[in-house]
Amino acid sequence: MSAATVTGGPTAWQRARRSPGLVIGLMVVVGMVLVAVFAPWLAPYDPDEQDVVVPLAAPSAEHLFGTDYFGRDVLSRVIWGARISLSIGIVSTAAGVIVGTAIGIVAGYFGGWLDRAITAAADVLLSFPQLIMGLLLVAVLGASTGNLILAIAVTAVPAFIRIARGSTLAMRERDFVDSCRVLGFSNLRIMFGHVLPNIMDEIVVLASLWLATAIRTESTLAFIGLGVPPPTATWGSIVREGFDNLLDAPWLSLCPSLAILAVMIGLNLIGDGLRDATDPKAAP
Amino acid sequence: MSAALVRQSEAPLLQVEGLTTSIRVGGAWRDAVREVSFTVAGRETVALVGESGCGKSLTALSIMGLLAAKVGRVSAGRITVDGVDMVAASERQREAMRGDRVAMIFQEPMTSLNPVLTIGFQIGEALERHRGMSRKAARARAIELLERVRVPSAKARIDAYPHQFSGGMRQRVMIAMALACEPRVLIADEPTTALDVTIQAQVLALLAELQREVGLAILLITHNLGVVASVADRVLVMYGGDVVENAPVRSFFARPTHPYSEGLLKAMPRVDSAGELVAIPGHVPTLPDMPDGCRFQARCPLRIERCTERPPLAPLRADPAHEVRCWVRAS
Repeated sequence: MSAATVTGGPTAWQRARRSPGLVIGLMVVVGMVLVAVFAPWLAPYDPDEQDVVVPLAAPSAEHLFGTDYFGRDVLSRVIWGARISLSIGIVSTAAGVIVGTAIGIVAGYFGGWLDRAITAAADVLLSFPQLIMGLLLVAVLGASTGNLILAIAVTAVPAFIRIARGSTLAMRERDFVDSCRVLGFSNLRIMFGHVLPNIMDEIVVLASLWLATAIRTESTLAFIGLGVPPPTATWGSIVREGFDNLLDAPWLSLCPSLAILAVMIGLNLIGDGLRDATDPKAAP
Repeated sequence: MSAALVRQSEAPLLQVEGLTTSIRVGGAWRDAVREVSFTVAGRETVALVGESGCGKSLTALSIMGLLAAKVGRVSAGRITVDGVDMVAASERQREAMRGDRVAMIFQEPMTSLNPVLTIGFQIGEALERHRGMSRKAARARAIELLERVRVPSAKARIDAYPHQFSGGMRQRVMIAMALACEPRVLIADEPTTALDVTIQAQVLALLAELQREVGLAILLITHNLGVVASVADRVLVMYGGDVVENAPVRSFFARPTHPYSEGLLKAMPRVDSAGELVAIPGHVPTLPDMPDGCRFQARCPLRIERCTERPPLAPLRADPAHEVRCWVRAS
């Protein structure tokens, strides 16, 4: 039997490595995560230390990104801000993915009135723009890190319900589900042991794109003053603080904005690259 | 002769008595399987024959307890698998029976395996579920099972994925999965239809060998009379949900008695005769259009007036083991 050595063309991983977008995206995002993790060692100054002697200093060798109104080093604040912005994005997306995927699989697998009720609820949630939704929740719950994560996670849930439900609907009719039933497997085992691994690729692609959205939502909420309370630095709050002095010191807002932009582009490159790598139809 | 004696001594592992299964068509419940009765003993193979839509697969699903509640239900009769009443059992009990004491294999080996899980895991999973085995023990047993169904270099291929196997090899994997927990009853729904003829013979030989070793009762669902002739002990011909003929395999092929069985045999290509194939005229009526009485009457060349009344499944005078549901032929 030579079948042991037969492989079905390049694997998703092989295709992924050949995609330059995915590699660049990964480098940017991984780099940013490393910056966040090693912030205490990388930041040249204490992000909250005020130096009244040099307020609104232009970028120089001493302060690469300049200083803000209170004389705080903007580079250090952006580096420390990466911690909060990235971790809020990652934790809230993870929560949204887990909850949304679980609900979506249950809805798609069982169908019937349960599916109709869940789909209707998800559609209602999806019809709110994410920002309005997050805004409402933060306004009602109050601005704290926990509530912010909760609000962003809630906006992610319906998107993952929808994609998990759709993929499960297609999987449910596959013959291997019948094979599981005749082996006496429970619905729970079939849903999460057999259906979930089959729809995982689509979930991962959407999750990488949603991570970008979550980080953007956090920044936007911070920008309009509903983010993590000051003086904690997040990318959105640095942009906001710099906004008052935009004409005199544009670097205050520009530098954190560039950080946000880089992560957005990186995550979208990863998402697109993963989609191409896992979609057999797009295989070269 | 001695084989027949062994067969007689085996108690029936699968007993179906007066099974009537109804399915919902356009809001009304209609009987799609009517009063089907048969038994399968250990080491015995009973073939369920008939064209698509005659109720074969529905009978199998009823036995497995896998009718979707909104679409189908067992409305009468008893099904006993290895002493357990599958109709009266709770869903939980049925779940525990499936894969453990009664197993099933399907027609499509290409799609019946989960594409993203290794075959070793898939074979072992039933052992984890029913025998409480650890992942490691299940994997070791999966290698043994793979060797037993003659998959070459089982050890090396235990961690391979289904797409790395050919159709015949995948059907062997399916058999290994089905037999992992050493069930007493195996339902094989068109197990070789999707395979090449040479592979078909290998898979059937493998099933027969495993059956002898572990004393399995096999219910073989097929429309291939060649397969029936080579492996079955008894034949049940179904038409429109009715068993129209029930006979030991030799007497069935020597004396096909129901006009539908005759038609089936005439429609089968043969190597040893140049005769033209004869199709059965017409088609199977859909359930709502199914006639009362004999369900074959509209297509039957022997039709008499009495056919509007449902004939009983009656033994032939010449051979009491051979039963037929036909007014004309039973007398």
